Amino acid sequence: MSANLKEIVAKYHNKKGTLIPILQEVQRAQGFLSRETIKTISELTDIKVAEIYGVATFYSMFRLKAQGKYTIRICKGTACHVSGAKTILEALKDTLNLGPDDDTTEDNLFTILEVACLGCCSLAPVIMIEDKTYGKLTSAKIPEIIDAFKKEVNHG
Amino acid sequence: MAKVQIKVGMASCGLAAGAQVIYDEVKRILAEHDYGFELKHTACNGMCHVEPLIEVVTDEGSDAVYGNLESSDLLSIFDTLKAGNIEHSKLIYSNKIDAPENYLLESQTRIVLRNCGVIDPVLIDEYIAREGYSALKKALQMSGEEIIETITKSGLRGRGGAGFPTGLKWKFAYNNKSDKKYVICNADEGDPGAFMDRSVLEGDPHGIIEGMIIGAYAIGADEGYLYVRAEYPLAIKHLNIAIKQAEERGFLGDNILGTDFSFHLHIKEGAGAFVCGEETALMASVEGKRGMPNLRPPFPAESGLWQYPTNINNVETWANITWIILNGAEEFAKLGTEKSKGTKVFALAGKIRNSGLIEVPMGITLQDVIYKVGGGMKTDSPFKAVQLGGPSGGCVPASLLDTIVDYDSISQTGAIMGSGGMVVMDYETCMVDVAKFFLNFTQNESCGKCTFCRIGTKRMLEILEKITSGQGVEEDIAILETLSEKIITTSLCGLGQTAPNPVLTTLRYFRDEYEAHIIDKRCPAHVCSDLLTYHIIADKCIGCTACARVCPVNCISGEVKKPHLINQDSCIKCGSCYKACKFSAIEIR
Repeated sequence: MSANLKEIVAKYHNKKGTLIPILQEVQRAQGFLSRETIKTISELTDIKVAEIYGVATFYSMFRLKAQGKYTIRICKGTACHVSGAKTILEALKDTLNLGPDDDTTEDNLFTILEVACLGCCSLAPVIMIEDKTYGKLTSAKIPEIIDAFKKEVNHG
Repeated sequence: MAKVQIKVGMASCGLAAGAQVIYDEVKRILAEHDYGFELKHTACNGMCHVEPLIEVVTDEGSDAVYGNLESSDLLSIFDTLKAGNIEHSKLIYSNKIDAPENYLLESQTRIVLRNCGVIDPVLIDEYIAREGYSALKKALQMSGEEIIETITKSGLRGRGGAGFPTGLKWKFAYNNKSDKKYVICNADEGDPGAFMDRSVLEGDPHGIIEGMIIGAYAIGADEGYLYVRAEYPLAIKHLNIAIKQAEERGFLGDNILGTDFSFHLHIKEGAGAFVCGEETALMASVEGKRGMPNLRPPFPAESGLWQYPTNINNVETWANITWIILNGAEEFAKLGTEKSKGTKVFALAGKIRNSGLIEVPMGITLQDVIYKVGGGMKTDSPFKAVQLGGPSGGCVPASLLDTIVDYDSISQTGAIMGSGGMVVMDYETCMVDVAKFFLNFTQNESCGKCTFCRIGTKRMLEILEKITSGQGVEEDIAILETLSEKIITTSLCGLGQTAPNPVLTTLRYFRDEYEAHIIDKRCPAHVCSDLLTYHIIADKCIGCTACARVCPVNCISGEVKKPHLINQDSCIKCGSCYKACKFSAIEIR
């Protein structure tokens, strides 16, 4: 793992303003930024752990916990909000058996993420599972979408 | 036989609607049949409400758009086309015959969007064929001062929201002497409900790059950054391709087009922080730090990125530059009002029929934008308000729809021009809930530096939550107003200074809705779930079970052909049963 980290950090050697791109690339490779990872990055870059942690917690895309295998993004943009995004979120949590503060399912299959705007407002309300977009949703459609996705994954 | 091109709109919006399936099907059909048509990719032409779509262009000048497509529609469109005619089914727009959406383009003037949905954005030759990089060639014959003078005369103002004169901003950066200067494109489009910049970045990346090269040459910068939201992967991909192509052709890099001017351009991916749309916070983020705004002065023009003079403009501002250089300041200044020149791109969304991207000349009324270009309301419920400017903006009511699109006129309503998000709301939208939605957003996105922005927005949100859950008291309105004033006057950056706008405008135009929540404990729009319950009217229910089948939490019980009952304890108030009932047997109280 740290060999991988070394390679990533080395790419940015002697360049300016590289902490965010390093964290982005590491997260892409490892899924999230663990305590250990942050420590190693600190050793490799001479940037203090506190500073890395400060940056990682400031930006919403950085994750400090392990994620589910598949990410479900729920658009909470204005257009989706006025078209009922809240009921979609409730139906999703219900379908996936998630408590009010949970974001990852027990089987570590799904993590749900609320995002500001996916930019396809004409299809509101919208969710994205991995890179597939589902638009013009109603809460009643959620269980079948999740079922269909699970089947596709199992057979794919 | 005319040469025919089939263009598939494949921007993020099109792909979300299923454009890939259509593209693959067109490809398959063209391979199997002898039509002789050419298949092309393009980005978003703005008609998001009819996606997936194709545009059929012939070298004899015929142009037709077919929308809401399914794979099975394609064969008959192609057959008719091959026979030299225009298929009427699924026809959206045509420049030859009457089509349902022809009016859509009538009130539009396309400068920023002139290439979007027309060219294949990853092919530099298609951009060059439409005068691409000729503005750069022209600019390189001019002095920096002449270019700045042209931009100043054009009257172009910053399209990111605040409307600062672009020429003046450039002049400040030009006047600060330094060996090193930067230009930055702010593509951190964070307003929920806005997707103008995404479409331009995806659809015409070279247009922005060329604008930046010209700006860098004018102020004397040799390095630039495009700061793009990480949520826009396709935009980042297209920009990367475009930068590489521009370098290969000598438009970017050392000694551009044989001159002694050199300019290098990099992409910085944002990491998800709305406050980074503020220019000083954006620069902190490019430097790899937490994106916290800094006090101005010094302004970026004096001490910006890594303390060097820096000029930052938003995507749409950069996208206007090439047109102004090519057509002249006077042509640009002919469009618009006395103080707001040119055009404005808007992303129409919400309860409007034609959601999508439009570009209209400044000076058009909101009424015309919504009813002429936008096609009016999508639902039977009448127009209530239009939200302009996202979390920094406000809601404009029906009585002010004759307001013209112009920085100063819109500011007078309490909203702001903003970057161009326009979300239309009907009577099923609760204005207190909308205010709460935006406060929740700004409260989350406040960087925490200024006390009133950090804590004041939190307190305002709590009050709005109280009101929407039926716990509000009459004094709450006065507290909201006091807090708003304090946050506006004591915040360092635009985020805090404008955060109370959604509350203030809804209080100004929809105070009765706040009072209904507080005094009558009622949500007139039937949105705030704590204030409403769903009931089945036994006399009207025929026991068809439609409601029970759609209920996501199975809280509706009853035997077939007998009246059903909703268990109020487990009901999540999603409204699915209400929508499913064909007998009006469910009532909201």
